Amino acid sequence: MSLVELHAIHKSFGAVQVLKGIDLKIDEGQVIALIGRSGSGKSTLLRTINGLETIDDGTIMVAGKKVGDHDTDLLDLRLNVGMVFQQFNLFPHYTALENVMLSPQVVKKQSKAEARAIGEEMLVKVGLADKMSHYPDQLSGGQQQRVAIARALAMKPRVLLCDEVTSALDPELVNEVLAVVRQLAEEGMTLVMVTHEMRFAREVCDTLVFMHHGRIHEKGAPEEVFANPKTPELAHFVGGLAG
Amino acid sequence: MPEFTLWDIVYNLLLAARWTVLLSLVAFIMGGFVALVLLLARTAGNPWAMRLVRGYVELFQGTPLLMQLFILFFGLPLIGVDVSPWIAAMLGLTLFTSAFLTEIWRGCVESVNKGQWEASATLGMNFTQQMRYIILPQALRIAVAPTVGFSVQVVKGTAVTSIIGFVELTKAGTMITNATYAPFTVYGCVAVLYFLICYPLSLYARRLEGKLHNVSR
Repeated sequence: MSLVELHAIHKSFGAVQVLKGIDLKIDEGQVIALIGRSGSGKSTLLRTINGLETIDDGTIMVAGKKVGDHDTDLLDLRLNVGMVFQQFNLFPHYTALENVMLSPQVVKKQSKAEARAIGEEMLVKVGLADKMSHYPDQLSGGQQQRVAIARALAMKPRVLLCDEVTSALDPELVNEVLAVVRQLAEEGMTLVMVTHEMRFAREVCDTLVFMHHGRIHEKGAPEEVFANPKTPELAHFVGGLAG
Repeated sequence: MPEFTLWDIVYNLLLAARWTVLLSLVAFIMGGFVALVLLLARTAGNPWAMRLVRGYVELFQGTPLLMQLFILFFGLPLIGVDVSPWIAAMLGLTLFTSAFLTEIWRGCVESVNKGQWEASATLGMNFTQQMRYIILPQALRIAVAPTVGFSVQVVKGTAVTSIIGFVELTKAGTMITNATYAPFTVYGCVAVLYFLICYPLSLYARRLEGKLHNVSR
């Protein structure tokens, strides 16, 4: 049984059909990269996986349970599926540690001491032991993004979704964030990422999913996908990257 | 005919000004409370609640406060509810204040980055938790200056209640004028008193606004 199963997901924004029937299984420990041009639907797909976008048709199963319309279903889904955003979205009125501690306390009703222990553990993990009492606006973009990762991890999700987590960063800050993601992958965390960092995707992921016009156009192991694109669209995409 | 000194006039106006201040405070506090409830209903995502609140706000923003007071004061007795000028004035100003504050605060809530809603949602927070821990603390900081600024409108709005016979500053001015036949002096003092109440509020609002620009957290 897969951890997350998407079946025949359809989604439109007004008259524009963004997802035209997506089937995707995410297994425990799998590291998947969604690639494709902007507008191919990859970010939308990622956002449907934890309910940030409603779907028009299709089913989402998490750990064998179908996600319905009830609030409790959605909460269940989100406890299993964490997310990191391109724009970090840290809470500006809380310190780094408070950002990480908040949800365990509020949502999981953990004690302050427990939440603090988890929060500190996670911030150490992302290499920010010395920045715990800093506010987001006192941190660099790379540091903010690492706090955001720690914040998502503090909820102990089984899958972590990463939506272009390095796209808003200055080039010299990209690597410190990628290093954390790579470390998570090596520890066996299940990851689904939308990324434009092709070399990183190639090195870290075990599955590449190429999206085109709202469909999964091609899918496979990174070496395979990059070396032998089966469709002209992927060949073009890969070629465009090399050029 | 008795002679009135300037002090007699000012003293009596000051007594009445207490009612202006009290009415402003009550309207502001009760209006703020109603506005908070309406704000939550407006932003919680229920389309019917949203429409209802929007209608409420537009109704009270789109009609003169004077008409609202007339309708309350003369309308309620028609359906058997007798209201004193104080009750009508308080009720009218509360409704008026709540409509405007709802709109001001809605703007503040909406100016909080959409990413804050999404991040807190993916962390499993429900609407109440999002509001309490993430959105309102940030919206509040944005809201302080325009809210204090609006309180000036409430103070000036209390003058209208003189029409339905509630004795506050303006009504007292009219009564004293009738006794002294010195409208320029009396209304001059009335204006000065309003200014003394309102100016510190405006000043405070401006200072808060300046502060807000320097602090992002």
